[in-house]
Amino acid sequence: MSGDCILSVDRLSMRFGGIVAVNDLTFSAERRKITALIGPNGAGKTTVFNCITGFYKPSGGSLKLTHGDGREIQLERLNDFRISKQARVARTFQNIRLFPGMTALENLMVAQHNALMRASGLTFLGLIGAPSWRAAEKRAIDLSKLWLERIGLLARADDAAGNLPYGDQRRLEIARAMCTEPALLCLDEPAAGLNARESAALSELLLAIRADHGASILLIEHDMSVVMEISDQVVVMDYGVKIAEGTPRQIRDDPKVIAAYLGADEDEAIAVMESGT
Amino acid sequence: MAGVTAAPASRSSAASYAPGAAFIFKKALISALVALVLFSLMIGVRTDAGPDGQLTYWTRFGDLAAMVATVFGGSIVVELLRQWWGPVGTVRIVPPSVQSGLAVARRAIAPLLLVFTFLVPVIFYNERYILDLGILVLTYVMLGWGLNVVVGLAGLLDLGYVAFYAVGAYSYALLATNFGFSFWICLPLAGILAAFCGVLLGFPVLRLRGDYLAIVTLAFGEIIRLVIINWQSLTGGPNGVTGIPRPTLFGIPLTPGDDGLAAMLGIEFSTTHRIVFLFYLILALALLTNWVTIRLRRLPIGRAWEALREDEVACRALGINTTTTKLTAFATGAMFGGLAGAFFATRQGFISPESFTFHESALVLAIVVLGGMGSQLGVALAALVMIGGFELFRGLEQFRMLVFGLAMVLLMIWRPRGLIGHRAPTVFLHHNQAISSDLVKEGHG
Repeated sequence: MSGDCILSVDRLSMRFGGIVAVNDLTFSAERRKITALIGPNGAGKTTVFNCITGFYKPSGGSLKLTHGDGREIQLERLNDFRISKQARVARTFQNIRLFPGMTALENLMVAQHNALMRASGLTFLGLIGAPSWRAAEKRAIDLSKLWLERIGLLARADDAAGNLPYGDQRRLEIARAMCTEPALLCLDEPAAGLNARESAALSELLLAIRADHGASILLIEHDMSVVMEISDQVVVMDYGVKIAEGTPRQIRDDPKVIAAYLGADEDEAIAVMESGT
Repeated sequence: MAGVTAAPASRSSAASYAPGAAFIFKKALISALVALVLFSLMIGVRTDAGPDGQLTYWTRFGDLAAMVATVFGGSIVVELLRQWWGPVGTVRIVPPSVQSGLAVARRAIAPLLLVFTFLVPVIFYNERYILDLGILVLTYVMLGWGLNVVVGLAGLLDLGYVAFYAVGAYSYALLATNFGFSFWICLPLAGILAAFCGVLLGFPVLRLRGDYLAIVTLAFGEIIRLVIINWQSLTGGPNGVTGIPRPTLFGIPLTPGDDGLAAMLGIEFSTTHRIVFLFYLILALALLTNWVTIRLRRLPIGRAWEALREDEVACRALGINTTTTKLTAFATGAMFGGLAGAFFATRQGFISPESFTFHESALVLAIVVLGGMGSQLGVALAALVMIGGFELFRGLEQFRMLVFGLAMVLLMIWRPRGLIGHRAPTVFLHHNQAISSDLVKEGHG
């Protein structure tokens, strides 16, 4: 486990008033691997995500991100947009948050804001139409095109994002997150609301992202077919604490996990499993 | 083969006309029926006091029939208009040829309007009233375009825009009267000072949204006005600033003297020269505003403004610094307001706090909303309608406000997202298609 960790979460706690949403959570995500965070509804998965991506400030614990060059960043000290800009952590949302009134292409262009801002000389070079800016803009469009092609939306590049079918919107949001060129990609229920065929396409996309772009992926997912198929490591949470961790195969057979999902005692779960086999 | 495939297509398109026509006819019939019931007593029967004080009445069925026929016809016309210019996705019963003709006309509006504006001083050279009105309209076009950056693009509701207008006007007035700076030095200074005020306003309102943002910006506008009124030693208080220098053509004054422009060109002096000069000056300033805004929209900062309007949380997740994005929007909008203010001061030659009341902010905001938030052409048309139209109703005297208000209400019912409700994408791969206003967010402040 102590191998090449990109993210180590150490004793993370998050309290909202008297409610403990995440309690003393410790796990790590390996580089270029897909780590899944699963658990019943209300287990605190999205809260963990919000802590990692800077939307919440953790009540306690540390979140350490280690880049490929050995640079270490304490995520809990960064806030807001800096997580994406400096630590290069990108995320998607449980309820899709695209820019609905902008085209698919524009959505991907907005994602390259920081790189383009630099290229446009903080707007001034861009305003006079400097050649260096034009070249940078062309590169940005090419990158967007590449991603649109990967998610199969090249033909609909000029359609408003809000007009796209649900499954396409999910994929576009992932592409948009990838356009920020992240080291760690956090996906909050990317398969929610997708049919079986779309889920399979999503799994393929995520595996391709890991293989071709060297991105590490942390994902929350309820669709077990996706989780079991693509994850290298699974962390199971219930009531804000980690109850299990391991490979998909280990998790599938863990009585604690089954008990948590069935809402039953561990002994009962074991009994159910034994009667089944 | 071609004939076989073409036939079902034409039949299906003919079939899609039919329910539209029936629907319109039915709607018109219902409107006429309602009109008949209402007007039969209001118009059909007229009562009056007779010569001995008794009640007399007579019928006016001819007028009644005319009214009902008007409602019927008008209903059909309104419905047809709605089908023509209605939002994307409505059943269109207009033949494609007419539609493409309309599309061409729509594309031609902006260039035609621009050419016409350039020619206004030539056509109406001897009509001082029209030239003055033109200058006024162009001032509001510029203010509208400036506020459009804040409200239309960034989606931040600003009710105190007049504050920046005032800052620009007073910057020029005070710098010119106290230090004798020329207009062309003061103009950028006025813009910079107004932009600075924009940032100053921006900081406290960064965390506010919607109604709360609107109230604080409203208060900011009032604060600037009250400061101007009460800081008598600097601004002259309610008496304002008088004797503001007129603009020069890069140092050449437009006066009857020997060093004036008329004498240098060897033509007879006329006061109209100055008016024409002012007209082209504000036109140039407005076009500069337009050009910069169009350029900015295609730059990352402009896209970030629009993204901020669409979804602020997503912006933050993409590493966009929402603080600087908001501040630059406020500063850019304020800068254009300041430039317009400097022009206002030099045109009037006299400014006082009375020119910078909330009414002005409301008017400029109304222009932006009426034009279609974010649309440059829409804002220009709206300024023309609001300022020019208001003058048009001058003959109605005390009913002017009433008629004008009614016209605005009707316009907002007909086009709730403004005259030009579509959003044009800033970049495209295959084809440049407008985005329906239904999808574009208004921003949450």
